[in-house]
Amino acid sequence: MQENDISTVENIELELLLQAVYLQYGYDFRNYSRAHVKRRVKHRLVQEGMKSISELQNQILHDKTAFDRLVRDLSINVTEMFRNPAFYKSVREKVIPILKTYPYLKIWHAGCATGEEVFSFAIMLKEEGLLERTQIYATDFNPYIIKKARNGIFPIRYIKEYTANYQKAGGLESFSDYYHANDELVIFDKNLSKNMVFAEHNLVTDSVFAEVNMIVCRNVLIYFNNNLQNKVLHLFHKSLVVGGFLALGTKESLMFSDEEKKYKVIDPKQKIFKKKYE
Amino acid sequence: MNKRKDIKAIVIGASAGGLYALKKLLPALPASFPCPVLVVQHLSPHSDNYMVRMLDELSPLVVKEADEKEPVIPGTVYVAPPDYHLLVEEDFTLSLSVEEKVNYSRPAIDVLFETAADAYGRHLMGIILTGANADGANGLLAVKKRGGFTIVQQPEDAESQAMPKAAIELVKPHKIFTLDEIITFLSKGDFCSK
Repeated sequence: MQENDISTVENIELELLLQAVYLQYGYDFRNYSRAHVKRRVKHRLVQEGMKSISELQNQILHDKTAFDRLVRDLSINVTEMFRNPAFYKSVREKVIPILKTYPYLKIWHAGCATGEEVFSFAIMLKEEGLLERTQIYATDFNPYIIKKARNGIFPIRYIKEYTANYQKAGGLESFSDYYHANDELVIFDKNLSKNMVFAEHNLVTDSVFAEVNMIVCRNVLIYFNNNLQNKVLHLFHKSLVVGGFLALGTKESLMFSDEEKKYKVIDPKQKIFKKKYE
Repeated sequence: MNKRKDIKAIVIGASAGGLYALKKLLPALPASFPCPVLVVQHLSPHSDNYMVRMLDELSPLVVKEADEKEPVIPGTVYVAPPDYHLLVEEDFTLSLSVEEKVNYSRPAIDVLFETAADAYGRHLMGIILTGANADGANGLLAVKKRGGFTIVQQPEDAESQAMPKAAIELVKPHKIFTLDEIITFLSKGDFCSK
C-alpha cells in the first residue's frame, strides 16, 4: 500500500476504535482533537507491541485492563503546583477580594488531574482566610488519577520548582510549612484537604452537579473540538452563580464560542472571566 | 525537486542557535510568500512572546504565536507557544497540547512534523535547522515517508551540529543546504502550489 492509503485506513481504524470505546465503556473521545488522539493511540500501539489500530481495538473490546491503559494515555496529567504563577497572582488580586464578600463558597476544579492545582488553590485560599468557608470540588474523568489526587502526596523532585512558583505567585508564608517531606515524597497538610471532595466526572458525558462561585479548568478545552468546547462551556455557564468566575488555560479563550457575550473579561492574559447578570 | 510545485505548507524545527537562524530566514521571505510556515523553536517554558514579536517586526510576513483551533493560512508564520506542543489537524487547523515532553522538549519538533505529515501528506516541506539534540529526526522521517520534501541545514554551517546530524543520519534528506542556500531556495517560493 502507498503511504497515503495507509493514512486513510488508519483514520478509518481510529474512528472505529473511538466508536467501540464509546459503545463498550461509555467514554466518548469522538470529539477530541483528532491529531492528539491519534498520537496517543499510536503511542499505546507501540507500548502494546501491536501493528494496527484494529488489532488494538480487538484487544480493548475484550479486555478491560487494555482499555484502562488506553484511558491513562488519553488523559493528560501533566501539571505542577502554582503552574503559571502570574495566573495565581491575578486570582489573588482580582478574584479573591470579590470571593471574600461571600459567606460561603464553592470552587470547582474541572479536570484536576493529579491534584497539584487543587492543593495550590487551597494554600492560596488559606492564606486569604477563605479555606474554612470554601467547599472544593475536584473532578476528573480518569478514576486512577482521582485516587492519587485525593492523597495530596507528590514526588519531591519538583519541590524546588514548586517553591519558586509559589513565591512568584505571591505566596505569603514559607512553602515548606505546608508539607512534610521524606526522601521521595512531599505530603501536604491534611487541613488543606478537609473541605475537598474528589469525584469522577466526565465533562463530555456528565452534567451539572452543583452551583459554584468559581470554575478552574485550565488546559482541558484545548483537547476538544469546537462543538465539544461549546458544549462544555455551556455546562460551565449553567454551573456558575451569576457573578461567578471562570478560569481557563493561557492559550484557551471564549473568543470563538457562543458563550463569549455571557462573560465579562477580568484578565485577558490570564484568561479569567466573570459571568454577567442577564 | 525543480519539478515540484505542490507544496502546501512548510514546517521548520530549530533548537540551540535557532533564534539567530530564524532571524535571518523568516525576514527574507517576501510578503507574497504563498505557503504557510509552522515553526517549533525550543524555548524556556517561562519565556514570554518576545521572540515572536521580534520576528514579526522584522518580517514582511505576519509572524504570530499559534492559537488553538486557528485555521492555517498561506503567508503566515505560526510559532509554537512556549510550554505547548503544536499539532496540525487534518482539516488544517491547529491544536495545542501540554502532554508530556517529547525528546525532553515541549514544544517538540517531532510532534509538529508528524502531525503535519499526517495532515499534508506529500504536500509538506520539512526543514531542520541548528540544534543540540535529536528532536525532529523522527518527525522529518515521517515527512519523507509520506512523500514530503526534506531539507536539513549543513551541520558545519549550523551553530549547533547535533540536530542536523541526527536528522541527516536517520532521514537521508533530499537536500543538505547552508542557511544562505535555504534562504535562496525558500524565498523563491515557486514550489508552493498555487
